[in-house]
Amino acid sequence: MTEQIAEQLTGAQSLVRALEHAGVDTIFGIPGGAILPAYDPLFDSEQIRHVLVRHEQGAGHAAQGYAMATGRVGVCMATSGPGATNLVTAIADAYMDSVPIVAITGQVATHLIGTDGFQEADIRGITMPITKHSYLVTDPEQIPRIIAEAFHIAGTGRPGPVLVDIAKDALQASTTFDWPSELALPGYRPTTRPHGKQVREAARLIAAAERPVLYVGGGVIKANAAAELKMLAELTQIPVVTTLMARGAFPDSHELHLGMPGMHGTVAAVAALQRSDLLISLGARFDDRVTGHLPSFAPLAKIIHADIDPAEISKNRTADVPIVGDCREVISELIGMLRKQADEDGIEGDYSPWKSQMLGVKAKFPVGYDKPESGLAPQTVIERLSAIAGPDATYVAGVGQHQMWAAHYVDYERPRQWLNSGGAGTMGYAVPAAMGAQVGLPGSVVWAIDGDGCFQMTNQELATCAIEGIPIKVAVINNSSLGMVRQWQTLLYESRYSNTDLNTGPESIGARRIPDFVKLADAYGCVGLRCDSEAELDATIEKAMAITDRPVVIDFVVERDAMVWPMVHGGASNDDIQIARDLAPEWDDEDI
Amino acid sequence: MTSHTLSVLVENTPGVLARVSSLFMRRGFNIDSLAVGPTEIPEISRMTIVVNVDELPLEQVTKQLNKLVNVLKIVELESSSAVERELMLIKVKTDPQTRGQVLETVALFRAKVVDVATDAVTIEATGDAGKLTAMLNVLEPFGIREIAQSGRVAIGRGSRSITDRTLRAVPGTQAS
Repeated sequence: MTEQIAEQLTGAQSLVRALEHAGVDTIFGIPGGAILPAYDPLFDSEQIRHVLVRHEQGAGHAAQGYAMATGRVGVCMATSGPGATNLVTAIADAYMDSVPIVAITGQVATHLIGTDGFQEADIRGITMPITKHSYLVTDPEQIPRIIAEAFHIAGTGRPGPVLVDIAKDALQASTTFDWPSELALPGYRPTTRPHGKQVREAARLIAAAERPVLYVGGGVIKANAAAELKMLAELTQIPVVTTLMARGAFPDSHELHLGMPGMHGTVAAVAALQRSDLLISLGARFDDRVTGHLPSFAPLAKIIHADIDPAEISKNRTADVPIVGDCREVISELIGMLRKQADEDGIEGDYSPWKSQMLGVKAKFPVGYDKPESGLAPQTVIERLSAIAGPDATYVAGVGQHQMWAAHYVDYERPRQWLNSGGAGTMGYAVPAAMGAQVGLPGSVVWAIDGDGCFQMTNQELATCAIEGIPIKVAVINNSSLGMVRQWQTLLYESRYSNTDLNTGPESIGARRIPDFVKLADAYGCVGLRCDSEAELDATIEKAMAITDRPVVIDFVVERDAMVWPMVHGGASNDDIQIARDLAPEWDDEDI
Repeated sequence: MTSHTLSVLVENTPGVLARVSSLFMRRGFNIDSLAVGPTEIPEISRMTIVVNVDELPLEQVTKQLNKLVNVLKIVELESSSAVERELMLIKVKTDPQTRGQVLETVALFRAKVVDVATDAVTIEATGDAGKLTAMLNVLEPFGIREIAQSGRVAIGRGSRSITDRTLRAVPGTQAS
């Protein structure tokens, strides 16, 4: 018998090999002292492209954008201390929106841990409440197993961020490489297959309902269940609402689609939930931005709540029928059960009066806006962008007014067409997330729709995009202010604009145009364009569409008093939705 | 709000206590007491957590705990079908006049003296919370100098074990 001598390699080499085994093709990151050993073998990897970003937050959001656009686990890397803490916002964002990412951080050497060593931060402790799971690696032997586990945990069940913090000496030490053939995670067994009894009960409730609504959340996109959802909706003819995280899970062009519910939801979507007698919640979590004042949310409805995370069910609103499972499997089984119920027992719901009622509301209260007397309406910019770039493009928004307009005025026809920071509401998400999406989808068109406030938080990644050949397009909806906050100041603080003027607009409105986004784009090696009138709108967008070798930034100088409507004020009941300032929808008796 | 005793089996890995306590803090639940110790399986530790919450938040905290990767199993123990114990060490002032009465109390509560000084005795007592409170009330007039108290530990009555076979059969529960 010959004794096999296991190949010796460093912990750093083991890490890179483990990442290759995990199928990683891209890492967004910045090197530094503690993670430095890992960057040496990374230099030689033929499988992994490392994208050198300009700020670790950018690496984190890029990993998110990559993950959301492709459905694969995104990876970011940073050094210890401030490198790691700069990832925190992106990790928190990924946690809130269930985005599968693995964050790899260098840690000071084991003997320095706990001594307040140079660039030491307890990143595992810091991120404990915002990670799905985390590891501190001090034994190089454990690297392959932990990387395998990290990718498995990040990408399965309810996806989320996993942090792997690796001590520098573990990267430097000599070890062997053994990729685990199976994972031993006795405490981690996500339920994907729904319970048959619950599905039967759900089907029974659906058949008995008169005013059901499919309340669709981001879980449907994560579960790749858009096709099944469409089948379910068409089979039952039940109206559909898609939350901010679920835009694209159901085609906007579909007759049954009532739009987005919530604080800035469409009248039809909000009214449907409020008047419904049965909410079929699929991968949604009854977030306060959807429910408004919780006790008066959907007061007449029974709740079927399907989610892969049991802790979401009955967290905010008690479910009558809880279903734990993967949305795709849940919807498939539900379709089967409904068909069986109809064929064998002749039980089938008839929602045609409800459907025509809601389609009436949808026709009567479309999302719309009044164009200003002068200047460019931000909504028009986004409408034209959607019309010209089409549903094949990917749209990535920041947070604020432009995000809500992008949610309403882009036509979403397919899942993963829309990326944004929903739960955490992270300003600055758009540019780096668009960068990540573009790396994941080379050759496709990726538009960041950003605000002038958001854009200034993370636009340093334009340098990364220009140098690395990542030709994203950025539409800065520039109203020279922190627009959403300004809107609240207009409505709630007597138009006292405390600290919301960013001065990025033109002199004509008394602003100083600092910075000049066209010059900024130019300085970053991008093409900078400006558009301040509707007459040149299409031509400007088309010009940007024609540029494929460099990033493009368009400074859309828009009218600053535009507001996001409809709106349900914070803490108010959805019943008090307004379609414009002090203007509630005029309901006819037949409407609802 | 009512008191609930949760027995939580966890992987015996570094950081697991921090994860559990951080989860309680993050979700806004207060822990009344927490006791951790090894079990008959070296790779598994057992936490006994006493929380004071209503039924619905309890369900939420249990579900959130279950999501922790290192948490293997959670069982709520009802006091009617479980044995619950706390341990208390009590240092009581004594002088030649009172020592007899203090020792009498110790005997009544089936506690024991574990240390004696000229002007104090240290008493070890175990029992449920009610018994320990009653004993403290009786000792109070003599002058209590110091108390050290453990968290509650609890185990279900009867022959069933919550660290059942399936758990034993799980490979790879070795500490990392």
